[in-house]
Amino acid sequence: MQMHSLAFDVSHTLAGGLVLISFMMLYQDRLYSLLNVFALHALVLALSVAWQAYIQDAPHLYVTAVIALVFKALVIPVGLHRIVKQLGIHRDIESAVGIGMTMLAGMGLVALSMVLMLRVTADADPLAREDLAFALSVVLLGLLVMVTRRNAVSQVVGFMSLENGLVLAATGAKGMPLVVEISVAFSILIAFIVIGIFLFRIRERFDSVDVSALDDFRGERR
Amino acid sequence: MVVISDIIVQGLQMLLVLLMAPLLTGFVRKIKARLLRRQGASMFQPYRDLLRLLRKEVVLADNASWLFRVTPYLTFAAIWVAAALVPTFATGLLFNWTADLIAIVALLGSARFFLALAGMDVGTSFGGIGSSREVMIAALAEPAMLLIVFCMALVAGSTQLSTVANFMASSYVGLRVSLGMAIIALIMVALAENARIPVDNPATHLELTMVHEAMVLEYSGRHLAMIEFGAFLKLLLYVSLIACVFLPWNIALFGTGPLAYAVGAGAYIVKLAVAGFLLALFETATAKMRVFRVPQFLGAALMLGLLGTLLLFVSRSF
Amino acid sequence: MMSAVALQMVGVAGLLGLSVLAIVLSRSKFGTAVIYSATMVVCLAALANALRWLLGGPADAAGLILPVGLPWLGAHFRMDALAAFFLVVVNLGGAAASLYGLGYGRHEHTPHRVLPFFPAFLAGMNLVVLADDAFSYLLCWEFMSLASWALVMAHHREAGNAKAGYIYLVMASFGTLALLLAFGLLAGPTGDYGFAAIRNTPHTPHVAALVLILMLLGAGSKAGLVPLHVWLPLAHPAAPSHVSALMSGVMTKVAIYGFIRVVFDLLGQPSWPISAVVLGIGGITAVMGILYAMMESDLKRLLAYSTIENVGIIFVSLGLALAFQANGQKLPAALAFTAALFHVLNHSFFKSLLFFGAGAVLTSTGERDMDKLGGLIHRMPLTSFVMLIGCVAISALPPFNGFVSEWLMFQAVLQSPELPQWALKIMVPAVGAMLALAAALAAACFVKVFGVTFLGRPRSPAAETAVEVDRISLAAMFILAALCLLAGILPGPVMDALSPVAVEILGSRLPVQAHMPWLSIVPMSESRGSYNGLLVMVFIAICASSAVYFIHRFASHALRRGPAWGCGFADSVPAAQYSGGSFAQPIRRVFGTLLFHARDHVDMPAPGDTRPARLRIELHDLVWEKLYQPISGAVGFSADRLNRLQFLTIRRYLSLVFATLVTLLLVLAIWS
Repeated sequence: MQMHSLAFDVSHTLAGGLVLISFMMLYQDRLYSLLNVFALHALVLALSVAWQAYIQDAPHLYVTAVIALVFKALVIPVGLHRIVKQLGIHRDIESAVGIGMTMLAGMGLVALSMVLMLRVTADADPLAREDLAFALSVVLLGLLVMVTRRNAVSQVVGFMSLENGLVLAATGAKGMPLVVEISVAFSILIAFIVIGIFLFRIRERFDSVDVSALDDFRGERR
Repeated sequence: MVVISDIIVQGLQMLLVLLMAPLLTGFVRKIKARLLRRQGASMFQPYRDLLRLLRKEVVLADNASWLFRVTPYLTFAAIWVAAALVPTFATGLLFNWTADLIAIVALLGSARFFLALAGMDVGTSFGGIGSSREVMIAALAEPAMLLIVFCMALVAGSTQLSTVANFMASSYVGLRVSLGMAIIALIMVALAENARIPVDNPATHLELTMVHEAMVLEYSGRHLAMIEFGAFLKLLLYVSLIACVFLPWNIALFGTGPLAYAVGAGAYIVKLAVAGFLLALFETATAKMRVFRVPQFLGAALMLGLLGTLLLFVSRSF
Repeated sequence: MMSAVALQMVGVAGLLGLSVLAIVLSRSKFGTAVIYSATMVVCLAALANALRWLLGGPADAAGLILPVGLPWLGAHFRMDALAAFFLVVVNLGGAAASLYGLGYGRHEHTPHRVLPFFPAFLAGMNLVVLADDAFSYLLCWEFMSLASWALVMAHHREAGNAKAGYIYLVMASFGTLALLLAFGLLAGPTGDYGFAAIRNTPHTPHVAALVLILMLLGAGSKAGLVPLHVWLPLAHPAAPSHVSALMSGVMTKVAIYGFIRVVFDLLGQPSWPISAVVLGIGGITAVMGILYAMMESDLKRLLAYSTIENVGIIFVSLGLALAFQANGQKLPAALAFTAALFHVLNHSFFKSLLFFGAGAVLTSTGERDMDKLGGLIHRMPLTSFVMLIGCVAISALPPFNGFVSEWLMFQAVLQSPELPQWALKIMVPAVGAMLALAAALAAACFVKVFGVTFLGRPRSPAAETAVEVDRISLAAMFILAALCLLAGILPGPVMDALSPVAVEILGSRLPVQAHMPWLSIVPMSESRGSYNGLLVMVFIAICASSAVYFIHRFASHALRRGPAWGCGFADSVPAAQYSGGSFAQPIRRVFGTLLFHARDHVDMPAPGDTRPARLRIELHDLVWEKLYQPISGAVGFSADRLNRLQFLTIRRYLSLVFATLVTLLLVLAIWS
């Protein structure tokens, strides 16, 4: 083990921490705590991006970090908190699959992304390589959250954490232009607003944010 | 002569864990009480409890068998041996190589096996409910523990606790997210194994909500003293384990003389105090979970262990 | 001086002779005593012969050709280290079972159905291990299967036994078919069925993979790998208890011997995907086996399920050995292989012991259902003492032997980061966790066995009036219990005795353990990990006795007996105690909901209704329902259809023959 530089260790820890927090999201069964965990997720992402900015000497990444911190760690969780409160959404998360099975599946996904990324990027820079492996895990875990939860709010959270994974991949890969980053951030914001409005509409119509109500409405079998 | 001094140091270690164990529990109780703005009993209350129990007569159920009477001593001895094998203030003691971490976990397993049997011996429902839940928790905690061991063995190249502690203390291990996961998982397992909140509540008075206490409900007098003492020792064991693997600062190396041992002992006591304080803080801040939420809790510990192992592969692959 | 293999064959001939003698003697008064004691003597002699070979230092494998069987081939028999080790397992188990049978057999109602087959079964197992060509191997294998089938059917009038025998027969034929195909592939185009010739032929990877799958089907079905295990929990308990012990403790080992012989020895250098398959199946078998056991309340069936678990554990270890061997890592391979063999030996000790104990319970109460037992520790103190030792040993708890082999396996698992393949790197820790899960569940399961059967209060009149069994049965159990303890506290000599086998099969061995200080075992190097069972036991003994001393010196001696505390209620009915089903409830809820579709149905009458409340547990054996029922349905369906063929006119039959002929000719025309 020769890679004992501090730079590597810290980014390793932060990226690994992001995967860990994605797992914590899978474990939660209360909406509020899910939102808090999501805020933590964004916070760690911001730290990770800032650290990358520091070691890569890329000041524009600080902007990304600040965006992540302000929007994803503060604005969106607070907004979702208020939505949940206003709508009086049932605060238990109904998961379609049991938590144990979900976590097992998550484990498999992480193993998959490790094997895949490490094999594909055999000759890349170790730091980028590791970041990519972690980022893919975060993306897959975000998707898993979206798939296994019935509640629209938690699906939004899954989507946001998926986007965090993308940002992690982008910063690790050294060289995503700031413009792209900002536009991604804005598109996320727009998506958030649109989803927020949708939530109100769904709620108004079906008295619930359980998305299976939509399926029922379309006449589909659950 | 060297052997004799080694034996003396080993004996000191055994006595140290024996003497410190009730104090640690008393300390945790005291801190908990203070955090709840209660006066709380003295830190030395567990010693008094033990002495009082020793003076009481034993009330034995009519159909209790010899196994019921033997179990307290057996479990106490198994836990004591296990606790004496975990490095506390010094590594490389004479008998440290007798059993590695896997064997220590298995020794605790033996103790639990006999306790669970004793719970079934009298044939009351409380004993049965306690035993069946205890083995369920153990069945999930043991795989998690193995993955933690795996994680540590991957870093240190050994399951021998002395070697692990030396490795962690001496060389620059670096910041490893895997180790972070392993320590969280180990704490979760330790909470479950020691019947602490949020898995079990040792202080409740409702039998149906208890796991460990329900199992030993029939015990009284000197037998209960032995079992309580065993529980104190087990808490100390897990705290020492966490301390020696993850916080091995100032642990004395083998044969460095009395001064280093004294420093190691001092550091050990400080570590115990910090861990006890954190435990009390955590216990006051959380509530006990439903019994069938425990599998998910321990499943999370298992996942953490596995995740830590996987991530370790990633960082080792360069 | 005869060679070792010839001596062994003399022993086999002796067993076969006893089997013939038993036909004559079985109805006489002394039949049982004569046959069992003679079998025991022969087994002990065979055991001594095999042990001498194994411990006697390096010796060349000795062969023997008998002029029977195929004229141009003859029947080859050979004794090498691997065979010698398994002969030790077989004959030790055989001797213990014979000793137990001396006592237990007296309660047998139909000795003429057991006695002739018992020595024949042992002879068959000896022969399988000795066989050195495919033809005699298959013949002996079939002989062993049939002898054991006859023993399963000994009590054919009891409910369920006929079905058990039928399923066993079907599965055994299926297994033999797989073995037949495997050997056919191995012999290849040259058609030389001698093991020596097969060993020297190189095999292509495709053949190797196919042979592995066929061996997993053939040997795996006999050993009880999931999902081929269905016959095992039916057939093993159906036989008399000492035969159950032989089937579970020894015959599954003979199947494992077959697997090792073919996959490790005959196939040559393995490739790593093979090891991944073996690891995966082993891990699943271990966990599923013990979960099945946890759900069971019939004592003997529970033990049979636990056999499945142990077979899974052995296969995990064999898979590890294959993985290391495929990558040329000699020392870890030897470690995993030694662990597997050690566990083979251990399992034959404690599983025989536990089946003997179950037999003792069965003789003195007539009950196999744990939920009708209880409190036997007061009535059968010696039996319960040895059963306790067996339960602790099988739960892999120190200082007994089960722990040592599992410890060695964990040490082998910890070597896995050195493997170059990513799939194995990720798989081995996961399988290691399954191993730990299986071990912990085994402890839970045997708490249930001992707690429900021997502790608590008696749940039926039969359990209330039970008496201790005879001394001979007890002696057999005590010997096995002592062996469990000995192998647990002195594992070093056992590992040294196993090293010739590892050298022969893998070409490497563990360091000599006898030279280690304080008799501890150090498989790799001292800094990696070491364990000392003897010291652990001595420490526990010292600590416990000093605790006892201090307590009795300084504490109060007062002791009072009183009723158990029931929260103000005296629950007077022993049936209200925790039963096997209720003990398993938490684990059933955690694991069973998914794996067995377990549901608890509570039928609670309305207030005022005097009907009793009822709890019904619904369990599904998914392997049986999803895999076997469709197959048996399809077979039944096609048999129904084909049945019509029996009622055709002559003209139709002739036209069928004619059509077949024309089709074959057409095929020939197109093909060539």
